[in-house]
Amino acid sequence: MKNLMIAALLCATPAMAENVNGLRTVDEFDSIEAEGERSVALFEEMMVVIEHPRCSNCHPVDNSPRQGDDMRMHQPPVVRGAADFGAPGMRCTTCHSEENVAFETGEGSIPGHDPWNLAPISMGWIGKSASEICAQLKDPERNGGKSLAELHEHNAEDGLVGWGWEPGKGRTPAPGSQKVFGELTQAWIDTGAACPSS
Amino acid sequence: MATFDLNGKEVTVDVPDDTPLLWVLRDEMQMTGTKFGCGVAQCGACTVMLNGMTRRSCVTPISMVDGSSVTTIEGMDGPETKAVQAAWESLDVPQCGWCQSGQVMSASALLREIPKPTDEDIDNAMAGNICRCATYVRIRKAIHDAADSLEG
Repeated sequence: MKNLMIAALLCATPAMAENVNGLRTVDEFDSIEAEGERSVALFEEMMVVIEHPRCSNCHPVDNSPRQGDDMRMHQPPVVRGAADFGAPGMRCTTCHSEENVAFETGEGSIPGHDPWNLAPISMGWIGKSASEICAQLKDPERNGGKSLAELHEHNAEDGLVGWGWEPGKGRTPAPGSQKVFGELTQAWIDTGAACPSS
Repeated sequence: MATFDLNGKEVTVDVPDDTPLLWVLRDEMQMTGTKFGCGVAQCGACTVMLNGMTRRSCVTPISMVDGSSVTTIEGMDGPETKAVQAAWESLDVPQCGWCQSGQVMSASALLREIPKPTDEDIDNAMAGNICRCATYVRIRKAIHDAADSLEG
């Protein structure tokens, strides 16, 4: 009987901790009864994506993108520029094109998408707390004038956001999928878009 | 197969779609002024103009070039490039010379957008063009001189 119970528990484990590629799905949060608490928990799960280097590397709070899973400074040492698109003579598209391009002479690839640019500085994330990021994501003054519905659309459907899960040879994809990230965003909005306190 | 404008002439090449533009320029077109340096967009030696903007040809599959306009060092012209060439000669900028066509491309692109660049403008525009002989001081001076000559 005891063995049967252990077996049953083991079988139940995947359903109890369901996640897609390291990102928990919305139904994982159903057991949190208080809506505000559930909303905060959903946002904290969104942070798993937001804080991932595939996403944060191009959301700096300064003027240089980062690279790699260690979020090192971009090489060559490029700058943000007036349009978040590099400097005159050295724009992002000097190297990055509309798709990932595998290196012809070695391992890896150079990332690409159309468009390819830094997030505006008002949308910078690196070094900020979940609370700070949550507040700025909801603030139309800092999120590019987006309503919460438009923020959901951005997270769920934007092509450059989606690149995070299709980053090309030599890069770790963001956790989960854009579909799950979009569902988490919608569930967070539906529960009041509450922010963590820290 | 790709058809594009190369230095003012329409050309068609029949190569695999993922062939880098740099390979096409050097091996198919025999335009060897554009150099291979690193192959991974880290050195700038392979810089060309693609639709008027700087582009590293080593990471540009020929399929992306179809229908576009490419200008190599052999086809560069205009007041900015002439001023850059004159300043380069006057200051004897190159040492080994390998990176210099890329340097000239980026310098010309900078001056087209900012006729009187500051040191910071120059550093930002030229940051992706590495010179193994470290001629950076002369490059910066030559860009300033070229800007002065354009000013008249």
